[in-house]
Amino acid sequence: MSDPRAQARPDPTRPAIGQPLARVEDERFLTGAARFVDDWVLPDLLHAVVVRSPHASGRLRSLETSQARAMPGVVAVYAWADIAACARTIPVRLAPLPGFDRFLQAPLAQDCVRYVGEPVAMVVATSRALAEDAAERVEVDIDPGPVVASLADALAARASVHEAGTDNVASRYTVSRGDPASAFAAAAYRRRETFRCHRQTALPLETRGLVARHDPVAGRLQVWGASKVTFFNRRWLAAALDMPESSVELIELDVGGSFGVRGELYPEDFLVPFAARQLGRPVKWIEDRREHLIATNHSREIECELEIACTAQGEVLGLRGRVLGDLGAYVRTNGGVVPAKAAQFLPGPYRIPNCEFEVVALLTHRTPVGTYRGPGRYEANFFRERLLDLAARDLGIDPVELRRRNLIGPDEMPFDCGVLCPYEPATQYDTGDYPMALERALDAVGGGRALPAPGRDERGRLTAFGVACFVESSGAGPAENARLRVLPDGRIEVGTGCSTMGQGHETVLAQIASDAMGLPVDRFVVHHGSTTLVEHGYGTYHSRAVVVGGSAVDLAARKLVARCAALLAQRSGLEPSMVDCREGRFMHRTGGAVLGTFAQLGAEAAAGDAEAIAATQVEDRFEVRKRTYTYGTHVAEVAVDPETAEVEVLRHLAVEDIGRAVNPLLVHGQAIGAAVQGLSAAFLDELVYDAAGQLLTGTLADYRVATADGFPRVEAITLEEHRSPHNPLGVKGAGEGGIVATAAAVANAVATALAPLGVTLTELPLSPERLARALRAARASPPPPA
Amino acid sequence: MKAAAFEYAAPRSLSEAHALLREHGEDARLLAGGQSLMPVLALRLASPAILVDLNRVAGLDELRGTSAGDLLTGAMVRTRTLELSAEVARTQPLLHAAVPWIAHVQIRNRGTLGGSLSHADPAAELPAVAMASDATLIIAGARGTREQPAHAFFTGLFGTTLAPDEILTGVRWPAWPTGRRHGFVEVARRHGDYAIVGVALTVDLDPDRLVTGARVVVFGAADTAVRASAVEAALIGQPAGEPLAAAAAGHASDGLDARGDLQASAEYRRELAPVLVRRALLQAFGLSAPRAPR
Repeated sequence: MSDPRAQARPDPTRPAIGQPLARVEDERFLTGAARFVDDWVLPDLLHAVVVRSPHASGRLRSLETSQARAMPGVVAVYAWADIAACARTIPVRLAPLPGFDRFLQAPLAQDCVRYVGEPVAMVVATSRALAEDAAERVEVDIDPGPVVASLADALAARASVHEAGTDNVASRYTVSRGDPASAFAAAAYRRRETFRCHRQTALPLETRGLVARHDPVAGRLQVWGASKVTFFNRRWLAAALDMPESSVELIELDVGGSFGVRGELYPEDFLVPFAARQLGRPVKWIEDRREHLIATNHSREIECELEIACTAQGEVLGLRGRVLGDLGAYVRTNGGVVPAKAAQFLPGPYRIPNCEFEVVALLTHRTPVGTYRGPGRYEANFFRERLLDLAARDLGIDPVELRRRNLIGPDEMPFDCGVLCPYEPATQYDTGDYPMALERALDAVGGGRALPAPGRDERGRLTAFGVACFVESSGAGPAENARLRVLPDGRIEVGTGCSTMGQGHETVLAQIASDAMGLPVDRFVVHHGSTTLVEHGYGTYHSRAVVVGGSAVDLAARKLVARCAALLAQRSGLEPSMVDCREGRFMHRTGGAVLGTFAQLGAEAAAGDAEAIAATQVEDRFEVRKRTYTYGTHVAEVAVDPETAEVEVLRHLAVEDIGRAVNPLLVHGQAIGAAVQGLSAAFLDELVYDAAGQLLTGTLADYRVATADGFPRVEAITLEEHRSPHNPLGVKGAGEGGIVATAAAVANAVATALAPLGVTLTELPLSPERLARALRAARASPPPPA
Repeated sequence: MKAAAFEYAAPRSLSEAHALLREHGEDARLLAGGQSLMPVLALRLASPAILVDLNRVAGLDELRGTSAGDLLTGAMVRTRTLELSAEVARTQPLLHAAVPWIAHVQIRNRGTLGGSLSHADPAAELPAVAMASDATLIIAGARGTREQPAHAFFTGLFGTTLAPDEILTGVRWPAWPTGRRHGFVEVARRHGDYAIVGVALTVDLDPDRLVTGARVVVFGAADTAVRASAVEAALIGQPAGEPLAAAAAGHASDGLDARGDLQASAEYRRELAPVLVRRALLQAFGLSAPRAPR
């Protein structure tokens, strides 16, 4: 416990919610006792290796597997023909925009390959090394075709990713609010810029992996290594394998991070269970890191042409533009979320009455795209906040003051956002005081009413601050279930449909149940991540586990207490309202004898008493009606070496109001981790493809991510000022606000530092190469008008 | 990411190692610290038939001073040993200053001097430091031992003069004369990464602070670490100072065959070289403080 605020044990004199409890998960994580999917070993286990396309585009002429099949230790080699009878395409789970069903991916390539890394075969052998040896002997003969290697290629449509002669537009739509045409026509000031955010991937520390076992006698399939959306995946897998859903169990082990990419349905989620059933032996597949970089979802590649309209006083009248989003070669489970959210969040926390955004979801011959922590928001905040800084400079208004004039205030809540996302109903920002978060951030950096001025440090580096404001949605529906059961020893078992990837849900859900039941936190045992625990579940995404899963636990826990009280009241001939529960004991409101305890009722239930079972085993469900919205401000301070184009982030501060922190320690960890992840992406992480569609950043030597010493001064301030009215706990999600404005703030800081040299920044990442190019261009062109 | 199958041999002596190299020729690869070779094997970028592990060969990990004041370091001396050695700190200030810039502690614990020099990565620190220190490499072949100055050892991208049956066994670092100074700087994406461009240099100043000798090595910029001879020529006979550092550094890209790759264009590398040479010279002249790796 390096954080001095961490409490090893709960303070029983205070509510559990709000205490910075160390995770109950920590002990197994820190002692090496955690069990990840690669730790899962079954007798008679086989190992699978996926053979992947080395070409970005082409026709599959032949696939020669006989040599591989003949190798000692090789049990099976699967190609399309072997799975065709039951293979289904990977479904669109979210954001199903019109036209997407034309671009779905089958688990193995049939006659064409469309990205480097597309699965074309799977080898199963008695060891991983033998399977890799055999995979090298599978001869994949591909007639290479023309390659759509970039957004520009996709737009130009000289080649088609799918059917020949078609453009590469997977879907296209326009959303708007207000009257943008009139607003822009009348505006005193307008500016249009084109911004770009680069391709990245979430890079969880643990790569994907699966172990599947089929029991032909019981007709049961078990799959370990599931995560995120286990119930959805089970439904699809059961249908694909023509099994009853109840005979398929998806089991979540400890998970080393997801950040959105892990736990979605991928080709392997079909192939591995399929092979286990075919072969009658358990099969393990562990994604290696090189594979991970071409096979796991990419994200974030968006180009945005954005125009702002303002009055001369800096009141933003309108925002309009076009979002070009790269979906990669196929539309996967996350559908159009990334470009759709990049458009929806363009107005951000500002009142901007008139907006119009065209969204074009494009296909390229590259790894398919999915959601990554703060999908679309990271990009949108960068585009808008950069443009606001440029506008402030043009208008001669301080950038903080420009924001202050346009942020939505508390008296404007709830704020009607209209419909800026075509597959979702109209939405409203629920609660908040957006200018307050800005002022809190300024206070923390000692800026007063404005940011501290740019300067030079003792090494001659240009120093500057940058600011970015954001709003972030959380708590997506539709619902979540929780099941509580009293054990004979009086402990309470909590089952949730949410999954957990290291966030600490076992701790947090116990804190919520603790307050709802008036029992100490250590009386709860939280189970998650198996499709057998609750009737229905949805999973963990969109910062929803505490908002939705936690609310379900709260409801179920209160229901459990009420039922137990009612049963004991009935036995004593009392009105249920006359029975109180205190620390696990039920008694008459006015005191007196103990009528019963959870332990006693738990023991009766264990002995088969029907009334006790009904009272002590409760499932409830929380249905989401409206989303919750957190908000905040990031401030970055940088030093830029104008001779070497190196940037040092001297400080990064993330301020976010999440309404109510169930566990401030874990919230803080989320905020810091998210900020570092976002900063890393702003400077380092970049998936680079060449014109032939080959990924050049195929190992962690080339796909660079921040190491522990990269950003030493990252701070987070969590506010609990404005709760959400949309759930019984008043909570808002806490997982993504730390990342969504990082690139925006730090890019504004770098741009402010370099502005005196005539540099304008509109693209990420802020790599030395890119900054050096910008500096060179500025040197070559005349200085900006004073 | 499992390496393809290979044979493995762990000779106890140089003669055993030589016998294995003779027997297997080009199919054999020498294994030292394994910090570059093992990832290459795991990625199946190379599939040698046999690995000849030098870790058990006696006598290759010695580090000692000679009576003449030279430093002798065996090829299997770990980078971390160089870093922590009081003898290195006392006798070879440039080497001492540069080693903390190499990768990370975990890698320095395993990586070896000889492994890095033989691997000849153009962006690695040790080849440049050896060149700027006028070090001599000691190479054992089947038919005897030869010595070669470091600056003549590197022939191209990952290329050296080593014949397939030769083993680099050690390095002799000549004693520093009075008045020798050093400078070391590099630009890398992250702490521990290979340099985009780096500079390792030594200059000799006479009592009047005139430059009497200079070895200015730019690494990471071209296919090998290179001596910036135009910079060296501009330094000789001139008084140490900021004007000289700036003027001489202006020649750093003269004749530099800069390479472009994923992380940096040739143009950016050509821009960096003079900046870094100037900064390294200022260090050597005592006009700016060296910076520790982040």
